[in-house]
Amino acid sequence: MSGPPAVLLAMVVLPATVGCVLALARPRRGAVPIALVTSGLTTVLAFAAALTRPAVSYPFVVGADFALDVDALAALVVPMIATVTFLVLVFSAGNIRESRGRFHGLMLIFAAAALVTATAASIPALLFAWEVMGATSYALIGFWWRDVDRVSAGLTAFITTRTADLGLYVAAGAALAGGTGMALADLPAGQGPWRDVAAAGVVVAALGKAAQLPFSFWLSGAMKGPSPVSALLHSAAMVAMGGYLLLRVEPLLAATGWAGPLTAWVGVLTAVLMGLVALAQRDLKQLLAASTAAQLGFVVLAAGVGAVGGGAAHLVAHASVKALLFLAAGAWLTALGTEDLRQLRGVARRWPVVGVAASVAALALAGIAPLSLWATKDAVLTAALESSPWLYAAGLLAAALSAAYAGKALWAIWRRGARADDTGGVSTLEQAPLVLLAVGAAVLGVLALPPISGMLADALGGHGQVPIVELAVSAVIAAIVLLLMLRLRTPAPRWARRWLGLEAAAQAVVVRPSLTVAHALARFDDHVLDRAVNAVAGSVPVLARSAARVDDHVLDRAVVAVAGRVRRLGHLARAPQTGAIHQYFLQTVAVLAAGAVVWSVYAVMG
Amino acid sequence: MLSLIVFLPLAVAVVVAAVPSLGAAAARWAWVAVSAVELVLVGVLWAGYEDPGPNGLAFEEQVPWIPGVGSSYHVGVDGLSLPLVAMTAVVFLACAVYALRDGERPRAQTALFLFLQGVSLGVFVAADLIVFFVFFDLSIVGMYFVIAGWGHGNAARSALKFFLYTFLGSLALLLGFIGLYVASDPHTFDILELVAATPLEDNPLAGGLVLAAILVGLAVKTPTVPFHTWLPPAHTDAPATGSAVLAGVLLKMGTYGFVRIAMPILPEAWRGWAWVIVVVGIVSVLYGAFVALAQTNLKRMIAYTSVNHMGYIILALGAVGLIAGDTAQARSVAVTGAVVQMVSHGLITAALFLLAGVMRTRAGTYDMGAYGGLATPAPRFAALFAIAAFASLGLPGLSGFIAEFQIFAGSIAVAPVTAIALPGILITAALFLLALQRVFTGPTQGQSPGFADLHGRELWSVGPLLALSLLIGVLPQVLLGVIEPASAALVDLVGR
Repeated sequence: MSGPPAVLLAMVVLPATVGCVLALARPRRGAVPIALVTSGLTTVLAFAAALTRPAVSYPFVVGADFALDVDALAALVVPMIATVTFLVLVFSAGNIRESRGRFHGLMLIFAAAALVTATAASIPALLFAWEVMGATSYALIGFWWRDVDRVSAGLTAFITTRTADLGLYVAAGAALAGGTGMALADLPAGQGPWRDVAAAGVVVAALGKAAQLPFSFWLSGAMKGPSPVSALLHSAAMVAMGGYLLLRVEPLLAATGWAGPLTAWVGVLTAVLMGLVALAQRDLKQLLAASTAAQLGFVVLAAGVGAVGGGAAHLVAHASVKALLFLAAGAWLTALGTEDLRQLRGVARRWPVVGVAASVAALALAGIAPLSLWATKDAVLTAALESSPWLYAAGLLAAALSAAYAGKALWAIWRRGARADDTGGVSTLEQAPLVLLAVGAAVLGVLALPPISGMLADALGGHGQVPIVELAVSAVIAAIVLLLMLRLRTPAPRWARRWLGLEAAAQAVVVRPSLTVAHALARFDDHVLDRAVNAVAGSVPVLARSAARVDDHVLDRAVVAVAGRVRRLGHLARAPQTGAIHQYFLQTVAVLAAGAVVWSVYAVMG
Repeated sequence: MLSLIVFLPLAVAVVVAAVPSLGAAAARWAWVAVSAVELVLVGVLWAGYEDPGPNGLAFEEQVPWIPGVGSSYHVGVDGLSLPLVAMTAVVFLACAVYALRDGERPRAQTALFLFLQGVSLGVFVAADLIVFFVFFDLSIVGMYFVIAGWGHGNAARSALKFFLYTFLGSLALLLGFIGLYVASDPHTFDILELVAATPLEDNPLAGGLVLAAILVGLAVKTPTVPFHTWLPPAHTDAPATGSAVLAGVLLKMGTYGFVRIAMPILPEAWRGWAWVIVVVGIVSVLYGAFVALAQTNLKRMIAYTSVNHMGYIILALGAVGLIAGDTAQARSVAVTGAVVQMVSHGLITAALFLLAGVMRTRAGTYDMGAYGGLATPAPRFAALFAIAAFASLGLPGLSGFIAEFQIFAGSIAVAPVTAIALPGILITAALFLLALQRVFTGPTQGQSPGFADLHGRELWSVGPLLALSLLIGVLPQVLLGVIEPASAALVDLVGR
């Protein structure tokens, strides 16, 4: 079944074009309604595309098409991306007050890039959208560009994820060499080691975007962007797309034999370690950021163990949860000017709509039954258990940590003792999207429960069965941990607060050495290479001068000397020519006598 | 048709130079008009172009010139040269528009740039080594006068260095050409005949020596490490339009020489030396990127990124010489990427240098530390510079990505070791973002307050360059359709 390609094209081209125009033209008014209408239309188109499953393809680079295809996986994720974008833009209409043209334009480009990523069926199309997404995230994180630290955080995000993106360039080369062409679906058929190279490249790229270990640190700085940016970046675009890519190439991971387990372990380790990091944070947005990396860990784990259906369900449900929490944090930040958890005390009581919505999301994040992430996470963990009990145990630990950090945030916002010095309010435009997202956060778990889980598993992979026992075990663990958090003070060791020191490590291992090399080479270029060239050039005049000296002092002097000798010879030759006849006779006699002597000697000697 | 394109600007240059009563405005507009006519002519050429097939040329013209040495005035275009001809016409028109209000000696400047345009186009359409060489050398002479006459800073010294260095390179090139002439039977300087004959095929030593001479000559012009040190001072002290033409057009003569002369005429030697060329490419990529990262002068930084960008081309062309297994498709991808890179770098770097020129006109310095928060007083300037920077760092959607993606995909498929050049695109990204950060963001300080935003003529010169980069980035087939058959043919020629 394949619907009209125009739907798919319009879904991508519309937000991209309108976004570019808005970002470049920066109209003083009208940006918000234009963006909302565009995003609304895009959402309609996204649902239409999900229902009709169109595909388009046009010749792009040599030997590879720009191919987009709404397959079953994309059909699940594309409406999610469009809807979350729309809701985030509605919130932004009430939350972002300056440079609205630039902001909404960039957000639309960002969303368009995410939509292309989700539907990409060939490496060039994927890499195209993938890097545009990274660059847009740079511009959005550094949206308030008068603050250098925010721009700098955007730079870190872009460079870190681009480092990982290099994997896709390698994968493209491997696809070309492996004889499969650049269609993503054909990669598992690659020849010999080329298939492994392609898999490795794709995995690295995906781990970078999904902020998995060791790339996680860029997410921390990314919090310096406006909250709506974080909401979109963590839920539906960028980070989520990292996890999504691994789900998309799951057949390739499975085909190599090693990439699946590796991915699974990276995912589950990230879920555990970033869970600890989240638990140690004192700042709400930092806590949420670390939890994003941790939750994406479950998606990555799903891709590694072949539970594509469960992973996709977790991705979609998490989008709703995390978009909501970031928007709520943004609303509080605008109203109170803080995101410190201690300062946010009782904030849920003050704005009950926001508070209740955020609480639903936090409970879902904790894995409380029957909310969404409870079921989706267990769908992933079930598959992990079939693969290895250790993976399952680590996954359960990560789930318990989710309950702990979600509990920490939840109790903080409900604890009595609100500050009274708030300056602003929370507008209706900011509240409305939260309610819708809360519904999503509550009910999207049905994706991982029968009967829908079975349908998803048929379409995507995995088996869709979640044993009741496991569901019960995880629900009980989540509830106990959540209640414990009411009483427990959380440990906050330095290494966890500082995101495992990953950024410092990257600085020390990659950034500073690179800069050192750069400066050393620049000095070499100026002082050695250029000077050598100048020296060679400079030696030419020296040679010329010495040639001139040889010319003046040797050659010319020799010529002059010869001339002098000749003149002296001339003088000598003039001496006998006296003009006196008697002297000529005398000379003649002398010559004849000499001749006679010579002749006689010659005759005698014979 | 081609002769008209080459000699129209030369003829007008002579007229402009010979009529001293010509006013400043008349001279400026004459330049714009001729460049615009040139672009239209090239458009007609493009519209009527059909691929001439392997070792053939379209719009061919041949007139006997020096029959005694087998040299004729022979010109024509194919899929390797037509994109460069078009790019040259675009870059010169952009410069003409940009210079509309420059004050200094407009008549002489117009004459000189029209002369440069004519000889540059001449290089790209030449099908005879002597014709190629004559235009090649005249371009050096023209650029010398541009830098020396309209430059700033230490212009006289930089111009002299540029002239002597590249002229020396051209002598090496001439030596190589004479070697080809001597080795061919019957003796000829005609490129098509030489390609068909592949002289020196069974004489690896002489073939290697001739190739070495040609390589050195072209490497100086390209430039590759370690022959690049004339480039930064020449760019730093050249006027904006001079830098744009130097980086956009003149550097391409070096890389174009590889695909037009060195590779098809000496395939055997090219394959033999392929690894050396690949290594030079990798070193140029990484070295250029690292040194650019350390610069504080914006123009010097852009100049070093040119070394990096030209390195990608050399890398890809070297990889084409590595014949292994069934990689013809991959090698063709690499060549196509290299030719796209020539066009793309021409457009993007010309835009970057014209924008850098704005900084000098307004504030008199290229030192990035002297600015800060420039996006506040000059938002249009910031936006265009950001787009140009992202184009240069290879962001998808702009032409640089099409080039670099194909270069790397093709090269890695042929020789996986070329992947070690990949960090080049990462370092380039870092250095451009750092430059953006230093100059445009943060509090408005230093030279930034009161910095006037881009005027109409500046917008209309830089904007179209970037728009073309965007067009190629989104719909690359408009360009690739022309290049592809020619690069496949070149791969076959090298594989002979």
